[in-house]
Amino acid sequence: MRVLLLICLLAATAAVTANIETYKFDDARKEADYQTLVHELRCLVCQNQNLADSNAELAQDLRRKTYEMVEKGLSKDEVVEYMVARYGDFVLYKPPLQRNTLALWGGPFVIFIIAVVVLIRIIRRRPSSSERLLSEEERQRAEQLLKQQTEEK
Amino acid sequence: MIRYLLPLGIFIIIVGFLFVGLGLDPKKVPSPFIGKPAPEFNLPRLYKPEERVTTADMKGKVWLLNVWASWCVSCRAEHQVVTRFAKTGLVPIYGLNYKDEPQDAKAWLGALGNPYVASLADQDGNAGIDWGVYGVPETFVVDKKGIVRDKVIGPVTEEIVQERLIPLVKKLQAEEG
Repeated sequence: MRVLLLICLLAATAAVTANIETYKFDDARKEADYQTLVHELRCLVCQNQNLADSNAELAQDLRRKTYEMVEKGLSKDEVVEYMVARYGDFVLYKPPLQRNTLALWGGPFVIFIIAVVVLIRIIRRRPSSSERLLSEEERQRAEQLLKQQTEEK
Repeated sequence: MIRYLLPLGIFIIIVGFLFVGLGLDPKKVPSPFIGKPAPEFNLPRLYKPEERVTTADMKGKVWLLNVWASWCVSCRAEHQVVTRFAKTGLVPIYGLNYKDEPQDAKAWLGALGNPYVASLADQDGNAGIDWGVYGVPETFVVDKKGIVRDKVIGPVTEEIVQERLIPLVKKLQAEEG
């Protein structure tokens, strides 16, 4: 009975994974390249998914194309170039650093610098910690209390 | 005072960005082909599979490539517009039948009318990849030198034909070949 259940469960997982095709590679490096590529290239139909995650027809075709090119011995850069020539920079999940993406790449640093400046100003405005918080009398009393405590132990 | 105005200012800037963002269509990805030579293809004709059409055949004339498929719903929507435009005889329109079964494609054209000078069958979608097709229907305008000059993504409307395609085609036809 348990074996039967196990078989059923295994069959179910096979059905779930069956809609993503598997490609055989003759070389582990090529397989790694393929995996990196399908994770870094965007599917243009369902735009918030990469080729690896998408099940759209176009993604299937582009995976096949990527596989063919990688198998042929093309480098990762060559495959990326091929895709960009056809679909534009938008196909890249990691956009290149160029004039029209400067704001995209530089923006976080600019915001970070502004944040640091604001933070410094807020800290400066606070009463400085070197200000004497206890009067001489109070300090002596506190010291005494602390001393008493350590002696009691 | 600035304490209160500053957050308000930031808020207004953010709202401005979001408002502009509302009007942008993420499906409209700029085509990298505009201003570049049209990708080569060599495809069988839908009705005469033994005959092949290549991009070289179009040299010297302005032409349109309309990418469509029988499974594509919005192609049905634009088909009447494309047909009317083709009937004016201003410019030859070629159909790229993208990832379709020939008999489905023929049945579709039989029912809705065939506006194309020739329909090219791209059954495996390889020509589609070369042309950077990602959402049918798409329509490319190619000039006499074989350079892609414009691309309409999504269904062609009467407005697009009148205001964008006709003026562009006329301008391109006046250019030196």
